Amino acid sequence: MKEKTNWWATGLLLLGSFIIIIPLYMALIVSLKNPQQLAESILAVPDSFQFRNYLEAIKLTNYFQSLKNSAYVTIPTVAIVLVVNSMVSYAIARNMHKKYFKFLYFYFISAMFIPFPLIMLPLVKEMAMISLDNLNGLILLYIVYALPLNVFIYVGYIKTLPKSIEEAAIIDGANVWQIFWRIIFPVLKPINATVAILTALKAWNDFLLPLLMISDRSSMTLPLVQHVFQSQFSTDYSLAFASYILALLPMLLVYIIAQKKIISGVMRGSVKG
Amino acid sequence: MKKTSSVFYWMTIPAFILFFVFHTLPALQGIFYSFTDYIGFGDYGFVGFRNFINLLNDGRAFDAYIFTFKFAIVSTIIVNILSLLIALGLNAKIKFKDTFRAIYFVPYMLSILVVGYIFNHIFTFILPEIGRNLGIDILSKNILGNMDLAWIGVVILAVWNSSGFNTLLYLSGLQTVPDELYEVAKIDGAGKWDQFKHITFPLIAPFFTINIVISMRGFLMVFDHIMALTQGGPGRATESITLLIYNGGFMGGEFAYQTANAVVFLIVVLSISLFQIKVLQKREVDY
Repeated sequence: MKEKTNWWATGLLLLGSFIIIIPLYMALIVSLKNPQQLAESILAVPDSFQFRNYLEAIKLTNYFQSLKNSAYVTIPTVAIVLVVNSMVSYAIARNMHKKYFKFLYFYFISAMFIPFPLIMLPLVKEMAMISLDNLNGLILLYIVYALPLNVFIYVGYIKTLPKSIEEAAIIDGANVWQIFWRIIFPVLKPINATVAILTALKAWNDFLLPLLMISDRSSMTLPLVQHVFQSQFSTDYSLAFASYILALLPMLLVYIIAQKKIISGVMRGSVKG
Repeated sequence: MKKTSSVFYWMTIPAFILFFVFHTLPALQGIFYSFTDYIGFGDYGFVGFRNFINLLNDGRAFDAYIFTFKFAIVSTIIVNILSLLIALGLNAKIKFKDTFRAIYFVPYMLSILVVGYIFNHIFTFILPEIGRNLGIDILSKNILGNMDLAWIGVVILAVWNSSGFNTLLYLSGLQTVPDELYEVAKIDGAGKWDQFKHITFPLIAPFFTINIVISMRGFLMVFDHIMALTQGGPGRATESITLLIYNGGFMGGEFAYQTANAVVFLIVVLSISLFQIKVLQKREVDY
């Protein structure tokens, strides 16, 4: 029985997707205009594109430096989170019958309910005291703060894996490290994709932690730079929009390239987790 | 077997220590400072429950709670209704399914702060300009500059940004519903609404619970949206609790006082989460 296409749903979804696209379209089109073209019409497609706003934004905000900083934080964060969080979860998932591991599981999970504002003020003092109020400190905090959610996701997944392969490997003389690296970690691949996406989004787009910890201009991440330059943009919004588009561009490009993988990764995680 | 378990301990102990040092310790310090008159540096003394008593009479804190709850409740409701509708649409037999799904998830990929600045400029400059050109009165004023309407601007940004994620969660829920159930329902003559009410919704109820709890918790911490759109203004009309703690704690010399505020916030957030989980899960069982 072949169902007919639901044109109502198609039409409504089309309408909805305009609401998603319009703000981004506005930002893009305005960023490509000079003041004269803006005066003529804000939203019409101009007859010639002006890239001067982009060059100016790159120079003014030192774009490539902040791009580098964001990558410097995000890439190691994702790599270490994948290894460390899955390893911790593996140890917990296979030893839940022991008091220590059970305690650890509930310790991490219950931390999800502690609002960040409670930690925020003492944390800034602590990080400054041990000279970690910099990009490396950010990496450390993202890895540590990723534990609660990821332990929840990973442990739920690892528990569903049969133990028989591990038991066979033990008989063959493999130790726990080898089992983790050669058997468990590869099997975690689908869930690793989910964790990698969510961790990357968090580290790349986060604003509050960099705002709290980074005061040095040359260490600022992309969102923080937009915040710092906000007052200088306010009169020239073509320039502002050019800078915002530049700030959003890396994630948009990643999304365009890996869109299918990202969406299936997020959806898979939500069913298994 | 003994050797095996010692490796398992070593796998977790460093993470345990780091988590304690960078998460639990500052949280405990926060609770400790809430009973002092610490201003962020120098000497301090204990003041008992004075900070908490003062909070009860603090109009600014009260307003921040009212705004934060109004924003969080309204946003949670709108986001979840919209996400469920979009997910139902995406799960129906439609054209360009993958393209639509991709478009709806775009906002979640993007920095709330940066998108917020774009929305800020649109609300402040572009919409009023369009409004004036078309002669539409409501559009021609900047809603972010209006004491009574600014919070709606924050809701619009929040809904635009986070609906995509919830849509995916609902969509993966909908895909767990077996098609045979709908076939049977159709044979029994059940309409679309009956199918939704008696099959779809009960089966995706766990996703509904998770989504409501996650949305609400996220929106109660709202910060980036407000930094980008209003900085808490006009006046203090959109000052959220996180923003108040940030402003007062770092800039206002109220370190201890705002940690007390954060302790109260902790209790509030905990109670709401537990309440939601209890009530929503009970409803799941009822079906």
